Amino acid sequence: MIPAAFEYYRPKDLEGALSVLEEHGDDARVLAGGHSLIPMMKLRMAEVPHLIDLQDVDGLSGISIEGNTIRIGAMTTQHDIINDVQLASAAPIMREASLQIADPQVRYMGTVGGNVANGDPGNDMPGLMQCLDATFTLVGPEGEREVAARDFYEAAYMTDREDDEILTAVSFEAPSGGYAYEKQKRKIGDYATAAAAVLLTKEGGTCTAASIAMTNLSDTPVHSDAAGAALVGTSLDDAAVKAAVDAMLGDIDPTQDNRGPIEFKRHAAAVILRRAIENAWARA
Amino acid sequence: MNKELTREERADALGGMGCKRKRVEDARFTQGKGNYVDDIKLPGMLHGDFVRSPYAHARIVSINAEAALALDGVIAVLTAEDLAPLGLHWMPTLAGDKQMVLADGKVLFQGQEVAFVVAKDRYIAADAVELVEVEYEELPVLTDPHAALESDVVLREDLMGEGGSIPDGAHGPRKHPNHIFTWEVGEKDATEQVMGEADVVAEEMVYYHRTHPCPLETCGCVASMDKVNGKLTLHGTFQAPHAIRTVVSLISGIEEHNIRVISPDIGGGFGNKVGAYPGYVCSVVASIVTGVPVKWVEDRMENLMTTAFARDYWMRGKISATKEGKITGLWCHTTADHGGFDACADPTKFPAGFMNICTGSYDIPTAYLAVDGVYTNKAPGGVSYRCSFRVTEAAYFIERMIEVLAIELNMDAAELRRINFIKKEQFPYQSALGWEYDSGDYHTAWDKALKAVDYEGLRAEQAQRVEDFKAGKTRKLMGIGLTHFTEIVGAGPVKNCDILGLGMFDSCEIRIHPTGSAIARLGTISQGQGHATTFAQILATEIGLPADSITIEEGDTDTAPYGLGTYGSRSTPVAGAATAMAGRKIRAKAQMIAAYLLEVHDDDVEFDVDRFVVKGAPEKFKTMKEIAFAAYNQAIPGIEPGLEAVSYYDPPNMTYPFGAYVCVMDIDVDTGVTDIRRFYALDDCGTRINPMIIEGQVHGGLTEALAVALGQEIAYDEMGNVKTGTLMDFFLPTAWEVPNYETDHTVTPSPHHPIGAKGVGESPHVGGVPCFSNAVNDAFRAFGLRHTHMPHDHWRIWKTANELGLHG
Amino acid sequence: MSNKKHITLTVNGEEQEFLAEPRELLIHTLRERLRKTGPHIGCETSHCGACTVTMNGKSVKSCTVFVAQADGAEITTIEGLGNPDSLHVLQEAFKEHHGLQCGFCTPGMITRASKLLEENPNPTEEEVRFGMAGNLCRCTGYQNIVKSILAAAAEMNSAKEAAQ
Repeated sequence: MIPAAFEYYRPKDLEGALSVLEEHGDDARVLAGGHSLIPMMKLRMAEVPHLIDLQDVDGLSGISIEGNTIRIGAMTTQHDIINDVQLASAAPIMREASLQIADPQVRYMGTVGGNVANGDPGNDMPGLMQCLDATFTLVGPEGEREVAARDFYEAAYMTDREDDEILTAVSFEAPSGGYAYEKQKRKIGDYATAAAAVLLTKEGGTCTAASIAMTNLSDTPVHSDAAGAALVGTSLDDAAVKAAVDAMLGDIDPTQDNRGPIEFKRHAAAVILRRAIENAWARA
Repeated sequence: MNKELTREERADALGGMGCKRKRVEDARFTQGKGNYVDDIKLPGMLHGDFVRSPYAHARIVSINAEAALALDGVIAVLTAEDLAPLGLHWMPTLAGDKQMVLADGKVLFQGQEVAFVVAKDRYIAADAVELVEVEYEELPVLTDPHAALESDVVLREDLMGEGGSIPDGAHGPRKHPNHIFTWEVGEKDATEQVMGEADVVAEEMVYYHRTHPCPLETCGCVASMDKVNGKLTLHGTFQAPHAIRTVVSLISGIEEHNIRVISPDIGGGFGNKVGAYPGYVCSVVASIVTGVPVKWVEDRMENLMTTAFARDYWMRGKISATKEGKITGLWCHTTADHGGFDACADPTKFPAGFMNICTGSYDIPTAYLAVDGVYTNKAPGGVSYRCSFRVTEAAYFIERMIEVLAIELNMDAAELRRINFIKKEQFPYQSALGWEYDSGDYHTAWDKALKAVDYEGLRAEQAQRVEDFKAGKTRKLMGIGLTHFTEIVGAGPVKNCDILGLGMFDSCEIRIHPTGSAIARLGTISQGQGHATTFAQILATEIGLPADSITIEEGDTDTAPYGLGTYGSRSTPVAGAATAMAGRKIRAKAQMIAAYLLEVHDDDVEFDVDRFVVKGAPEKFKTMKEIAFAAYNQAIPGIEPGLEAVSYYDPPNMTYPFGAYVCVMDIDVDTGVTDIRRFYALDDCGTRINPMIIEGQVHGGLTEALAVALGQEIAYDEMGNVKTGTLMDFFLPTAWEVPNYETDHTVTPSPHHPIGAKGVGESPHVGGVPCFSNAVNDAFRAFGLRHTHMPHDHWRIWKTANELGLHG
Repeated sequence: MSNKKHITLTVNGEEQEFLAEPRELLIHTLRERLRKTGPHIGCETSHCGACTVTMNGKSVKSCTVFVAQADGAEITTIEGLGNPDSLHVLQEAFKEHHGLQCGFCTPGMITRASKLLEENPNPTEEEVRFGMAGNLCRCTGYQNIVKSILAAAAEMNSAKEAAQ
């Protein structure tokens, strides 16, 4: 498995990266950790004549927590996220989810930016970002703009990002209440058969807010407003949880693959979501 | 002088049989100093890479290599047209069929070799592969062997006779153009009569899905033709280097003495590296053409898609019994999917391997087995993946049929086994399907296993779990997997076992050096089994020199004696026996030397651990070290100097290792996720040479069994596309998915093997697969399940539960 | 190809300079250019970990890193972990506890384990299994690998205590 040849760029700043993108359009791709893109290039399923390595670009890594706002630079790795004590305290769902991505070596390289930007429906971070109602910062020739994670994904590998833009950071408000990231997979290193991100708050035995997003159950991550709404105002009794699960099932659209047929994936999605809700509720 | 050592101390100092000797191989492997094929880099070496078919069945309309040849650094692009004048566009398979080296007019499976690009480095070769333009005309695809036998689509026109007639194949008459052979063993009429008269007959279709050995190192070679001396050196991932040398000689016309085949360190084999592949032939041709070395190493996708699948057996079975549970007969018809070419690696007279061991550990008076081999549009292969020839299929079949019969009889499956085991006093036992089991003590092993796991306690816990499940208290079921397997390994006696006419003996040659150290060379080749460690232990015990003073060398056909290689658990049963026998020849000569030195008659000295002593006067002795030196410096009248021996061992029989396994598994009915709570493995491999290595083999074999049973498959879609071509989808478990295993043993030596050893490398796989599968099936027995096919991955378990109505 | 780049790497403490195509995979650089053949190629899709090396303090699968990305990096391969006269504790432990069979996964396994123990000097069995889940072995069933790593951790810890 040998990739086709390409021109390699390692700019020191964002301007340098953007200028290559501007010059070569969709013939150019940015490279973060590379563990999605490089295998595709090796299999010659992705042709990238111009490859822009972002590792030296200033200001793209790091986790900052200011007040309630968490900002994670695009080049921050899953390994960094797992080991950041303050982040683990402010948004423990980030650590819980990151530990379920790929394997240790891949997590040293895999970045938040790469995971959210490439639009692979198998990636875990996009659903998680939607659950957190995160905002993505994109920088292009026209300057910087922000897009809600919930508006970012259009189809498999198709996002709101323009070819000449770079996703530089994700940011979100530190969640309060209970959280859970549940993922069923065949083995370590696999994408999800079904995964659910759940955040909810509890006041006096009543659920006051809920956010639910599902991974690898459609060609994009699925944030199910209806599922969350079904929980709010309830005590998370069986009927409420069932209503939330049913609502989620109305929003997902899985396809058959080696992980199983559609009926199974729908069943697994329901089970995983139920478990995530229960787990999050217990932590709320 | 130091205090005289006791006999025990002298024995311990040898590091002989039975001790947990640390492996001598490990120093280089732990320091990254192994020498595997892809580590070899010769001056001027070129790299080969294949253009492969994206289609499973298609005619080749044209191949245009112009653009590839124009690329700087591309030396050649070989096609069938280039190989045809040499007669090398097809090659013989181990199964008596022939296989295209490069597509000759058509392709029969996805990934088939179409053209071979030779370039200065692997990057250029990969670029050139992309530039070779091949025009295909798609043909109808057959992926189901049953449908293939009904289809008008002829896959192998090359095997058709005049006017649409179907000439016989290598194994007799063929009844359809896509039919390869029918192989029958046992008594058909008598078995059907027994079935007709039985109290109870259980019938089931047991499918053992297609999978792949997938060693961590893929297949590859470096061919180096020295045109000055006319010598071809071929380094490669060969489990049978000597056989490869003979095959290369036969098909290339190069005289065998001018071919040197070297198997360097091999990164796991598990059957994948037994066969001869187009990559080897193309590399040899390319080196002959270019006059420089050519390396070919397949990538993982090529490995999974093209070299040596395993299994793919549809086994329809009937088992009959009295109402008390005494088995009266076994009937099996197997439809074997061999893919586009019959490239199974089996002894010539056994086109379905030793599938006729399918009566297992049971005293079954009457039996019949028929196997039909079928061509389909899948990759060729049919190798024995960590088992002797088709023995895993056989063990899986009988161990599933026993469970199905237990359900039919409403009996406990452990008890059903117990009342049908061949009894200790029945050995040597003649099976209804023609084998003579050498030794066994199944009841003892079984009782020990059941006691170790508290079988009755487990059943009680399981019954409670079922109640809890029905009461809605849990969504997890508990499965108890039982297996008592009997293998047939150590092929084998030359009278009935050969490959391409080469008898399946094996060999050992020993040279004792003057100072009392030694080198022994064998016809086998280790792929992780630790031969350099264990064969030295056999010799240490046999010749009384320390294992640490004995070098074991394998895999170089210029130096090692001829042997058929390592697969089918044959190293210890055959080459291990040759080692002991060669050692005994050394000892016989040593005895004469010792007697001469001690000035007594030969019969008046006897071997004692590391020396010969004068009978009745143990203070008079000569150590083996002293004898070794004497062999080189004292002329003994009538005896040649030196101390060397060679043995070619033709075993009188196979060996029959057995074992009793129990798996306890929890199954999440909603997600299909399995959790192996406990796995107990009792193995009886006869005499135990190195308990540490045996335990390691058991751990590894069980893990490969876990993989196969719980998810590992080569799956095709209807168009013949491989759906599981990378390690994302082809299941190899990580440390996270694998449990700790409990190992145990009994020792029932083989009566015909010089040291009583039977072989163990494959037992855990042969026994492990049915044990894991039985656990899954058993979990659902209380809800009416008879049988569900492997692999038991999450969605299939979910489907089983769903069909049983367990999802409300 | 014409687009070769000047690359500098420090491998096992030695600086290496050469021209290479950016697409050259680090595993090929190490194995073929620098003849560090300890790391192996197993799957090529970043699943098996046979190619694991330490790069700038991270365990990485060198089949999924372009040499251009590694320009300027410090790399340790199995060849840099110990030498015949003084084996790394993990190398000794793998020998002692039969943590290897065919040896093909072993260099990646030990290199990864060395990083794991650096980050977590006193892991539980579960942590070892989780931390080693990026390395596949086909021979051992992992049981003795896990045992070897736990034994190495204990050995390193008692050596540290003795030194204090």
